Amino acid sequence: MLFVLILVVSLLAQFFLPWWSIALVCFALAFWKARYGGQAFLAGFLAIGLTWLGGALFWHLATDGLLSSRVAAMLTVNSPWILMAVTVLVGALVGGTSALSGYLVRRLWG
Amino acid sequence: MKWMKALVAVAITVLLVYALNRTYGVVPALGPFLSPYEGFWRSGADKDFTSEELALDGLQAPVQVRFDSLRVPHIFAQNDHDLYYTQGYLTAKDRLWQMEFMTHAAAGRLSEIIGDRTLEMDRYQRRMGMGTAAQKSLEKMMADPQSRAVMEAYTAGVNAYIDQLARRDFPFEYKLLHYAPEKWRPLKIALLLKMLAYDMTGYSDDLRMTNNLRKYGAAVVRDLFPDYPFREEPIVPLGSKPDFRPLPIPPTPADFMAAAASHSLERQKPENLGSNNWAITGARTANGYPLLASDPHLNLSLPSIWHVVQLHAPGINTYGVIIPGAPGVGIGFNEHIAWGMTNVGADVLDWYEIKFKDGKRQQYWHDNQWKPMRRVVEKIRVKGGPDILDTVLYTHHGPVAYLPHETAFRSGSTPTGHALRWIAHDPQNELKTLIQINRAKNYPQFRQALTTWAAPAFNFVYADSQNIAIVSNGLYPLKWKEQGKFLLDGSNRAHDWQGWVPMDQVPFVLNPSRGFVSSANQSPVSPQDYPYYLGSSFAGYERSARINQRLSAMTQATPDSFRLMQMDNYSFVPKNVLPTLLPLIDQASLSEGQKRAYQILAEWDYRYDPDKTAPYLFEQWWQALGRSIWADDFPVEKFKAPARDRLVQMLLREPESRWYDDVTTPQRETLAGLVNVTFREVADSLAEGRGEKEWGFSRNSQIRHMAQLPGFGQVLYAGGSANSINALNASHGPSWRMVVQMGPQIQAWGVYPGGQSGNPGSRFYDNLLNDWQSGKLHQLLFLRSAQDQPAATSVLWTLTKN
Repeated sequence: MLFVLILVVSLLAQFFLPWWSIALVCFALAFWKARYGGQAFLAGFLAIGLTWLGGALFWHLATDGLLSSRVAAMLTVNSPWILMAVTVLVGALVGGTSALSGYLVRRLWG
Repeated sequence: MKWMKALVAVAITVLLVYALNRTYGVVPALGPFLSPYEGFWRSGADKDFTSEELALDGLQAPVQVRFDSLRVPHIFAQNDHDLYYTQGYLTAKDRLWQMEFMTHAAAGRLSEIIGDRTLEMDRYQRRMGMGTAAQKSLEKMMADPQSRAVMEAYTAGVNAYIDQLARRDFPFEYKLLHYAPEKWRPLKIALLLKMLAYDMTGYSDDLRMTNNLRKYGAAVVRDLFPDYPFREEPIVPLGSKPDFRPLPIPPTPADFMAAAASHSLERQKPENLGSNNWAITGARTANGYPLLASDPHLNLSLPSIWHVVQLHAPGINTYGVIIPGAPGVGIGFNEHIAWGMTNVGADVLDWYEIKFKDGKRQQYWHDNQWKPMRRVVEKIRVKGGPDILDTVLYTHHGPVAYLPHETAFRSGSTPTGHALRWIAHDPQNELKTLIQINRAKNYPQFRQALTTWAAPAFNFVYADSQNIAIVSNGLYPLKWKEQGKFLLDGSNRAHDWQGWVPMDQVPFVLNPSRGFVSSANQSPVSPQDYPYYLGSSFAGYERSARINQRLSAMTQATPDSFRLMQMDNYSFVPKNVLPTLLPLIDQASLSEGQKRAYQILAEWDYRYDPDKTAPYLFEQWWQALGRSIWADDFPVEKFKAPARDRLVQMLLREPESRWYDDVTTPQRETLAGLVNVTFREVADSLAEGRGEKEWGFSRNSQIRHMAQLPGFGQVLYAGGSANSINALNASHGPSWRMVVQMGPQIQAWGVYPGGQSGNPGSRFYDNLLNDWQSGKLHQLLFLRSAQDQPAATSVLWTLTKN
C-alpha cells in the first residue's frame, strides 16, 4: 500500500518538481502510513527505484540510447545498462532513507 | 534511543540529498544529473522535428520556417526584426550551450561554471582585454541603427527560447556542469566577434624574433627571416600595380633592441594552417557562369562551429553558415553574389616594452613624459570558491598583459612588462559588414560593405554572374617596414601605430586575366606591387600553388571539379624536397627495412592519402630533419626557427650552410649526414611496427567535443595534410566546404563535419561527419520564396505573435 502510494505520488511530483522532491514525498508518506522501519525503507527504495528505472528505460529506448551510450563512455562505465543500474540505485537509496526517516520521526510521537 | 535513530536517519537523508545535489570538480551533481525526470536521460530526446505552430512574444508578424532533410531552417519573415528574432530563437534551440560557452570562454568567465581549473585561462582573457575590447566594439555597433536593431532582435529571439526552457529541458551540458543559461545580451555577439579575431590574429613571434636578433644580429635574422618568401604565389598576381596614391609611410626609427624577456614561449603563429577559397571566371566553366569555392579551416569540434541557415525577408534572401550566437550569414551566397573568407594573417598584434616609473606602476614613460596608467579591476567569479580580483593596467597602447614579476599563462606566451597593441581593441562594426554583404547585389555594394570590417582581416573571395574577385580586407596599421616584427619600444612615440591603411587601398584582385582568383593565407601581394607593410610571415606557398596549378588547367569547370579539388591530398612540400633529399641517402648501407622505406618514398606520388604509409614516413622524417638542423641554433623554448620556405631554399640552394652543423658537438655535421641519420631513425620505426603507420590512422586525427568530454567526439580516418588543399591536420581542418555555381539560378553544395544540432543525443549532432570525411557534398536547398518547391521540405513551423 505504502509502496503504491509512494510510486504514484512521487511520479506525479517528479513531473513537476525538482528531483529531491522524492525525499519529501517518501518522508511524508512513510510518516503517515508506514508501520515498520523495514517496510518504510523497502517501500521507498523499491518505489523510487521503479520510477527511476521506468523513466531511464523509457528515455534510453526513446532516444535509441545515443546519449546514454556517450555518457556511459564519458563516465568510463562503458555500458548504458550499468549507468542505468547506478541511476536506479541512487534514486532508490534516496527513496529508502527518506522513507525510513519519515517512519522513525513519526515514531517519536508513537 | 528513538531520538537517536530518527536523528541519524534524517541526517543521513539530508546529507545524501545534499551530497547528490552538488558537483565535485568535474563530477556532476548525480541527483539531478541521473534523475530520469530532469537529468541527462531525457536530454537525448530529439523531438520537435515535426510541423507545429508556435506563439512567441515579441514577433511582429507571422513567420514560416521550413526545415529540410538536413534540418537546415529556411526562415521566411515579413520584416528584418522577425527574421533575426527567429534566427536567434532557432539557433538557441540547436546550440544554446555552445554559444554561451564560447562567449564565457571569450570573456574569461569559464571559472564560473567549471571552477578554479580554468582560472588562469580566464585571467589570460582578461589580461588580453577581451572583455573591454568587446564592450568598445558593442558601443560602436549599437551606435548604428541597423546593426543595433539586428542585435536586439536576435537577442530577443534567443531569450524567447531561454525563457520557455524548464530546467528539465536544459541542454545536456548544463545538466552535466549543473548550471543554468543566463540571458543573452548583445555584448555576447561582440564577444564572439572578438573570439574570431583572437583565433585569427591573436598570436605573435615578436618575443622570439627579438631573442633571435639579440643572439645572431641583424644580418643573420635578415637572411633567415626574410619579409617575403623564396617561393610565393601572392593572391594579387605579380605585376599588378596599385592605382591609388598611397599615404606617406611613417619613417623607420633608429634601431631598437628590447631587453631579453624572461618568458620563452609565445602563442606562435601556426605556420601551415589556414583556409582556402577560390573562384573561376565563367569563360572557363561548363555552364558559362563563375564558380566559387570556400573552405575555412578551423579547429574541428562538436558541436560544429557552424550553423547553417537560410534567411528570407523583403530585401534579403541569403543562405550560408554562421557561428552560432551571431546574427546573419558569415560565409554563403544570396540570389546575386557568393562569398567566402580566408585569414589574411597580417601582423596586427604587437608588444611594447613598458618602462614603469616605480614599483607602484602608476605611471609609464612615453614621449618624454610620465603618463598615468589606467587600472581596470577584473572580477573573476569562481565556482565553489571566492571571487578573484585582478587588476589590469592599461597604457595608451593597450593592456599590460603581464607584469615583470608574474609568470605568464601559456608558459610565457606573453612578454611580461609588455603592453599589447592589438587590432581587436580598435572598434569597428563587423556585424554591419555581414548584414550588408547578405543583401549585396553586386561588386560595388560588396566593397562598400567591407569598409566596416576591421578584424580579423580576411581574404574575401567574391563572385557574381559576371565577376570574380578577392579583397584582402581589414584594418591594417600603417607601419614602417618590419614594424612589429620584433618587440617595440613603448616609450618612443615613433614606435606607436601611426594611422591606418585606407580601406579603399587594401590589396585586391578583380577579374584578372588568368581567369581565376584564389587565396590560401599566402602573402596577399608582393612588396613590389604594394606600398604598405602588412607583415612578414604568411602561410607557405604550397597550398596556393596547388590550387593555382589545378585552376590553371581547368577549361570546362563544373561544381564537381571544385569538389574534387577540395579533397585534393597532393602536397608540394615533399615534391620540392624529396628529389633532393633521397639522392643524399647512402643506399648501399641501408638495412632491408630501411630500403623498403626508401622505396616507399621514392615511389610516392606526393599525395597524403589515408591508406598510404609514405606520408607518415615523410612527415616523421621532415620533422626530424628540421629539428636536427635548427634545434641547436634555435631552441624552441626561446627562439623561433626559420620558416619552412627558408629551410627548403637552404636545402636546395645552400648545401654548405653553416646551420647544418650541430653546435653542441665537436665535429662538424653536414646536410648529408643529418639526412642519413634522421632517415634511418624514421625508417626503423616503420619496421618496428609500433603503432599504426597508415596515414589515415597515424596522425591520430579526431574531432572532440568542445568541452573535451570523452565519448562525445569521433576519431577520423581521412587524408590530407596542412599543405594540401584538403588541409586536415590532426584536429584542424576544413570546417565547411562550399561550392557555388553562379548564374540566373544560383546553385550550391556544402558539407561540414558535424550537424545542425548541438545535442549529443541527436542524430543531427554528427550526421554529416561521414559525408565530410569521404568528400561528399550535399546540394544546398536554396528556396526563392516560402512557396518554392513545397515537396523539398516536409517540416513546417509557423511562428505567430503571442
